[in-house]
Amino acid sequence: MSKVGLFIPCYVDQFHPRVAVATLGILRRLGLDVEYPEEQTCCGQPMANAGCTAEAAPLAERFLRIFGDYDQVVAPSASCVSMVRNHYRDLLGEREDLRKVASRTFELCEFLVDVLRVKRVEGEFPHKVGIHQSCHGLRELRLARSSELVAPAFDKVRTLVGQLQGISLVEVQRDECCGFGGGFSVDQAAVSCSMGRDRLADHERAGAEVVTGTDMSCLMHLDGLIRREKRALRVMHVAELLSEARLS
Amino acid sequence: MSAHAERAARFVADAPRARWYDQAVWLMRQKRDKGASSVPEWEALRETAAAIKAHTLSRLADYLEEFERNATRNGIQVHWAGDGAEHNAIVHGILQGHGVTRVVKSKSMLTEECHLNPYLGARGIEVVDTDLGERIVQLANEPPSHIIMPAIHKKREEIGELFHEKLGTEKGASDPTYLTHAARAHLRQKFLAAQAGITGVNFAIAETGGVVVVTNEGNADMGTSLPPLHIACMGLEKIVPRARDLGIFLRVLARSATGQPASVYATHFHGPVRGGEMHVVIVDNGRSAQLGSEVFRRSLSCIRCGACLNTCPVYRRSGGYAYGYLIPGPIGSVLGPQRTAEASDLPFASSLCGSCTDVCPVKIDVHHELLALRRVMVVQGRTPPGKRTLLRLLAWVLRHRAAYEAVGRLARFFLRRMPGALRFGPVGAWARGRELPAAPAESFRDMMRRER
Repeated sequence: MSKVGLFIPCYVDQFHPRVAVATLGILRRLGLDVEYPEEQTCCGQPMANAGCTAEAAPLAERFLRIFGDYDQVVAPSASCVSMVRNHYRDLLGEREDLRKVASRTFELCEFLVDVLRVKRVEGEFPHKVGIHQSCHGLRELRLARSSELVAPAFDKVRTLVGQLQGISLVEVQRDECCGFGGGFSVDQAAVSCSMGRDRLADHERAGAEVVTGTDMSCLMHLDGLIRREKRALRVMHVAELLSEARLS
Repeated sequence: MSAHAERAARFVADAPRARWYDQAVWLMRQKRDKGASSVPEWEALRETAAAIKAHTLSRLADYLEEFERNATRNGIQVHWAGDGAEHNAIVHGILQGHGVTRVVKSKSMLTEECHLNPYLGARGIEVVDTDLGERIVQLANEPPSHIIMPAIHKKREEIGELFHEKLGTEKGASDPTYLTHAARAHLRQKFLAAQAGITGVNFAIAETGGVVVVTNEGNADMGTSLPPLHIACMGLEKIVPRARDLGIFLRVLARSATGQPASVYATHFHGPVRGGEMHVVIVDNGRSAQLGSEVFRRSLSCIRCGACLNTCPVYRRSGGYAYGYLIPGPIGSVLGPQRTAEASDLPFASSLCGSCTDVCPVKIDVHHELLALRRVMVVQGRTPPGKRTLLRLLAWVLRHRAAYEAVGRLARFFLRRMPGALRFGPVGAWARGRELPAAPAESFRDMMRRER
């Protein structure tokens, strides 16, 4: 039986463990043999996105060492998966061990839809929900069709959560960045917050009660704004929406 | 804080104006979406445009020489300029040779790049920008804030005020039609009085030795039809191999820029007007060095449509002047740092959302180039040293599991018990506008250990 390595981004491990618990639960209830390698820390994206290759590369090496032997690696984060799949080669060059791990590392929703071919989602979530397409999910992993492209529409997150009983998915006007952007959120705090507020206003206008997405980093930033400004919205990771559902 | 971050923070501090700007510029993105999606083969057009550009750049010298041969045969005088200073000297030399003191100019980002207007102004030659938006910023003594909508940052009331002061329109008048008519009457006199016309170049065709200039206002046509002397200034990347390639580029350019199926004027110049002279000045100014870089070569494909500015959530919330480089927005943040030392902060003025990459009609992977440039800035020592030290420390922690767990535990403790103690440095910057995450007592790994 194939072995799945659970890749939990550092900030999820430390600040949002319930998202990791939900992810593990989903994978286990699908009957998978899931292991959480405790040596893991961070994929290195904060350093890499700051241009600090020398600091990021050892973390990429470390990741390959820790996750190299799993048949699949799954993470509840599009951004960290994109780091491994699309950007490790900038740090390490083209390498066989990298190619192997990169091709086997998946964001949770794409793992469910593309690898496990989950067709049915039975569960309920009787709320009005807005999907926040994280940019790295949208434009780096192509979890949905981005609004810039002239191509048939698809959306892997919507495919899954849209089947929940009672859920009402609202339509937001823009699939624009929330302004998190890692170091950007503190380097450019004013613009970052302004972008976040505009996203929240878009979801509010559409009538959402809950904003969901594949990346807790975006949601953490949005949640920070919601709580500071006492807005009537809450954020939930897509794994939390799916955690009680039966997938087949 | 970086220069861009500081200026951008000031820009968004005026929330109503920032909202107005975002919506004005986003409207162009929406027009672009409409224009692009009405072409079912849009993505194939982008592919083809990118492939033609890649091919052209791979043998640019050959195509440039072919262009020179054919242009010369057409009676056009071709000049080569290594940098902006040389470009300005060549243009000045031509004008001086004809005793010209009054010039009309249509839109050209290259002449902005070379600072041609002040150069000629200092030598007693009046240069009037004839694109309406450019004339507005010229009258206001400002640089353009957008590459295709130079005055997009100005509200119509402000333009009314400016025209009242400079062109004598009625005080308080802000009706766009009225103001446009006033500008037209004013520019008509300038056109009639001009002794030479300067234009930019959108495309230079190697095969035919002609250049194509695209406008919506016909100002390039007025400026080159009336005076006997036409000087066209181009960066050396403007070459396309064949006239038929325009069938791709004109379509993607207009739709990406404004959503129009075609620009109002796309004028082909293949020689001087009867009894006149036509010159083309081909400028390098750092482009050859860029061509030599495997990573940054691709950004030489840029056709200056402005779509990446319109789509960029950071540009729309910081305005063109926050960038401090003549080409603002994502593509300017790629080009600027390669050309000037001051623009080192620009690769960081992005959340790397990738919208620029998806909107680009010639498929430049703009956000990946920004990321690659960040690496170059670090290697060249052009980033704040404190930030590097902090990240070095963080990287050490993340390489050692025990240290990572200890730091995580400490961070969660402070977040729960005394979040105020953390409000300095990056955490402080976060907390100014947002709450910090509500930290749990246990990390996920703690839970996993307990489970076992």
